[in-house]
Amino acid sequence: MTRYILRRLLSAIPVLLGISVIVFAIMAMIPGDPATAILGSYATPENVAALNEDLGLDKPLVQQYFIWLGNMLQGDFGRSFALNRPVLDEVLERFNATLVLAGTSFVFCSVLGIMAGVVSAANQYGAADKAITFVVLLGISIPSFFLGMMMILTFAVNLRWFPASGMWPIYGDRDIWALLDHLVMPAFALSVVATGVIARLSRSAMLEVLRQDFIRTARAKGVPERGVIWRHALRAAMVSIIPVLGIQAGFVLSGAVYIEVVFQWPGIGRMLVDAILRRDILLVQGGVVIVAACYVFFNIVVDVAQSLLDPRIKT
Amino acid sequence: MRAFLGLLARNRLALAGLIVMALVVFFALITPLLPLPDPDVTNTSNRFVPPFSEGALLGTDHLGRDLLSRLMWGTRLSLAVGFAAALIAATIGAAIGIIAGYYGGRTDNIIMRGVDMLMAFPYILLALAIVAALGPGLLNALIAVAAVNIPFFARNIRGITVGIANKEFVDAARLSGMSDARIILTEILPNVIPVIVIAMSTTVGWMILETAGLSFLGLGSQPPQADLGSMLGEARSALITNPHTSIVPGMMILVIVMAINLLGDGVRDALDPRLKSGALNRPLPATLVARDRKPVEPKREGILTLTDLETQFRVKDRVYRAVGGVTLGVRPGECLGIIGESGSGKSVTALSVMGLVASPPGIVTGGSVHLEGEDLIGAPYRRLRTLRGRKVAYIFQDPLATLHPLYRIGDQLIEAISAHRAISGAEGRAKAIELLEAVRIPNAASRIDNYPHELSGGMRQRVGIAMALANDPEVIIADEPTTALDVTVQAQILSLLDDLRRERGLAIVFITHDFGVVGQLCDRVAVMYAGRIVEEGPTRDILDTPRHPYTARLMACVPELGGGRRRLEAIPGLPPAVNDLPPGCAFAERCTRVQPDCRKGDIALEPSGARAVRCLHPVPEQEAAE
Repeated sequence: MTRYILRRLLSAIPVLLGISVIVFAIMAMIPGDPATAILGSYATPENVAALNEDLGLDKPLVQQYFIWLGNMLQGDFGRSFALNRPVLDEVLERFNATLVLAGTSFVFCSVLGIMAGVVSAANQYGAADKAITFVVLLGISIPSFFLGMMMILTFAVNLRWFPASGMWPIYGDRDIWALLDHLVMPAFALSVVATGVIARLSRSAMLEVLRQDFIRTARAKGVPERGVIWRHALRAAMVSIIPVLGIQAGFVLSGAVYIEVVFQWPGIGRMLVDAILRRDILLVQGGVVIVAACYVFFNIVVDVAQSLLDPRIKT
Repeated sequence: MRAFLGLLARNRLALAGLIVMALVVFFALITPLLPLPDPDVTNTSNRFVPPFSEGALLGTDHLGRDLLSRLMWGTRLSLAVGFAAALIAATIGAAIGIIAGYYGGRTDNIIMRGVDMLMAFPYILLALAIVAALGPGLLNALIAVAAVNIPFFARNIRGITVGIANKEFVDAARLSGMSDARIILTEILPNVIPVIVIAMSTTVGWMILETAGLSFLGLGSQPPQADLGSMLGEARSALITNPHTSIVPGMMILVIVMAINLLGDGVRDALDPRLKSGALNRPLPATLVARDRKPVEPKREGILTLTDLETQFRVKDRVYRAVGGVTLGVRPGECLGIIGESGSGKSVTALSVMGLVASPPGIVTGGSVHLEGEDLIGAPYRRLRTLRGRKVAYIFQDPLATLHPLYRIGDQLIEAISAHRAISGAEGRAKAIELLEAVRIPNAASRIDNYPHELSGGMRQRVGIAMALANDPEVIIADEPTTALDVTVQAQILSLLDDLRRERGLAIVFITHDFGVVGQLCDRVAVMYAGRIVEEGPTRDILDTPRHPYTARLMACVPELGGGRRRLEAIPGLPPAVNDLPPGCAFAERCTRVQPDCRKGDIALEPSGARAVRCLHPVPEQEAAE
């Protein structure tokens, strides 16, 4: 097992390099002079030239890439011009908030999605199945940012159940209850689409499994139907559900951008949008690389979970 | 294509999606022709007019612009951008996919590595990076959304192309000297286009949502031009005071995306052959029963009796009479063989006993099954469950598929016990080891922690038998338990079953298509054909003098050890389809002794002594004995 994890970690290295190349290539697409883009069109030629040299932008692209990569590996992602602080500090601080939000959403959509899918499959074409199918359809069709706005209107403004925005109360203690109070609505809004997708997939994976011979064996043994569904069928269906959880984690992580904007959550998504609008290129670059790297790492976790769950996978 | 449209039309939700989408597209197309106010003309004295006011059906926004007009122009723009993004992504993605799939080898390898890299990104992040580089703007948002969806198309289309590129007609085209470009255009592309269209239909909703999202963030369309996303984004600041300005564009996005999703689901369902055949129906915990006649009293003696049992499969408007009135009985300590070709209904007969026939589509439509005098057909599921495995246990064919692949065999054995009585962990484990030893599995104490895939076929089948024995059942129904095994293992399993029957006084129903196996194990045998019993009697008698022509022909198919001179005769023709049984004898078509009266009416199973045969012109005894 340890060797398998090590091998998976090693195989992530080319992917991470690829990601850095892609991000670098995209940033190299910036039309015109990057230094002008950073400094704005009112910059003096001297300033532009100085920044170009400062950033190493007067060197060939390949050399620039390796300098950039080397700096990143040493933890130097450059400085944010607008915030005047190291990119890494800002990104890590913001990423924490995003992880709280996306992590909660991910747990929520996994549990609820799988349960809904199982109940739906177990009652195929029944009332519960139809109700779940309809709610799921609604869920995967509603834009999360619109849902978030409607939730603020209903539950924060009209019913006053939850605060409308932010991560912490402006006054008062920053304890776990205050956090939860602020977390409920954005986490829910963020999880809705993923819940729907996971529920759909779980339903079809369950239906596929329920026709297998070993389900008939379980029934022939006299295993109660609840055990047949939740122990035998779900366990086998998890093998095809887990990879989708990995994909959905990526969607939740990136969908957080909208939710963070709507709910004023101080996460990395909102930071990226602000940075783009301010043309704070280095901040965007650093943020994208770090989030993508985290996602790659998370996919390794998913693979390891998969191999723990399915003894047939050679590790 | 027409059949496809018909299928789509039968799916009411998909049809609703189609109609809504058609309406939206229609209005988007005619928007410039409608007498609407200019969407971008501001009128600050008329800000936030509520909906349904005079002159502004949906009200006005924060700059006093008419919301209905803005909604329609915005929808037009959102649709156009979404479709354009889908088209660009599909075209470029398909081109990449076709090239990778057609050329294969290193080209394929390098391209797909790149595609995998792109897919390693959370997709909105990639779109944000692209917009960051190009700068905010609707066209740049469109490029970003198209770009992040290219890998999806490339990967799908590559898979399809690889399948096609190895087909004979492509080889033929290559041999005839066609250039690669021409082969791609004339042979590959026409076969790939349907897949592209389907992939587009399922993703265009996402694309509209994604571009709306970028606009919502202020990275897409820039004022005064507005698509649905930027309308929503601008309205956000007035969400609390004037929610209608948010609700109007938000609902529109919801309606569009939902209609496209419904349509996409309909398309997918219409194209999925498994849905049509009902192959994705979940089997109920117990077979459905629809007996229109009164339950019949048992006609045979024994611990388990089947009386005029009828089981059907109903698929759409067709009815397959898999079991057409079977009467059987098995006594304690006795082994009854049921023999017949594939599809003769022997397995369905066996599964009907405990309600294990997959349902839908299976339905028990008549007759009864008595276990120690209790009718099981129509017994509630709760009752059936307590009997399953405890009184009547099954052994199935192919234990690789019938054992749960992800649980240790010990846990599966313990579960068989704990399904019927509470048992402690240690006790369960001890009992499981005992069971494995009873079926002569060496090193039972360590084997118990193996997964099914770690055992050999013979070992797995022993586990299956051990599981059947877990609760000391009265009856064991073995459905071709040795068919997947090689001959020496088969002999071991058979002698094991024989011993168990003698030691424990088990009644065994043994289903097989092999007369050799029947001869070794069974006291009596019933021959099934097209869902009915055609001959029945003590094994020795039937083996010596088969009376039904089918039995005789079936036995002639069996090679005998040391009987090298006898000719092996396959039975010509196939068994009749059980949804279209001929009147009279079902075997008449394939029978050498057929007479005109064989096809007239129903033929009864005629008893004579311990035997019975369903034939008007049975094989004479002297001839049969040869």
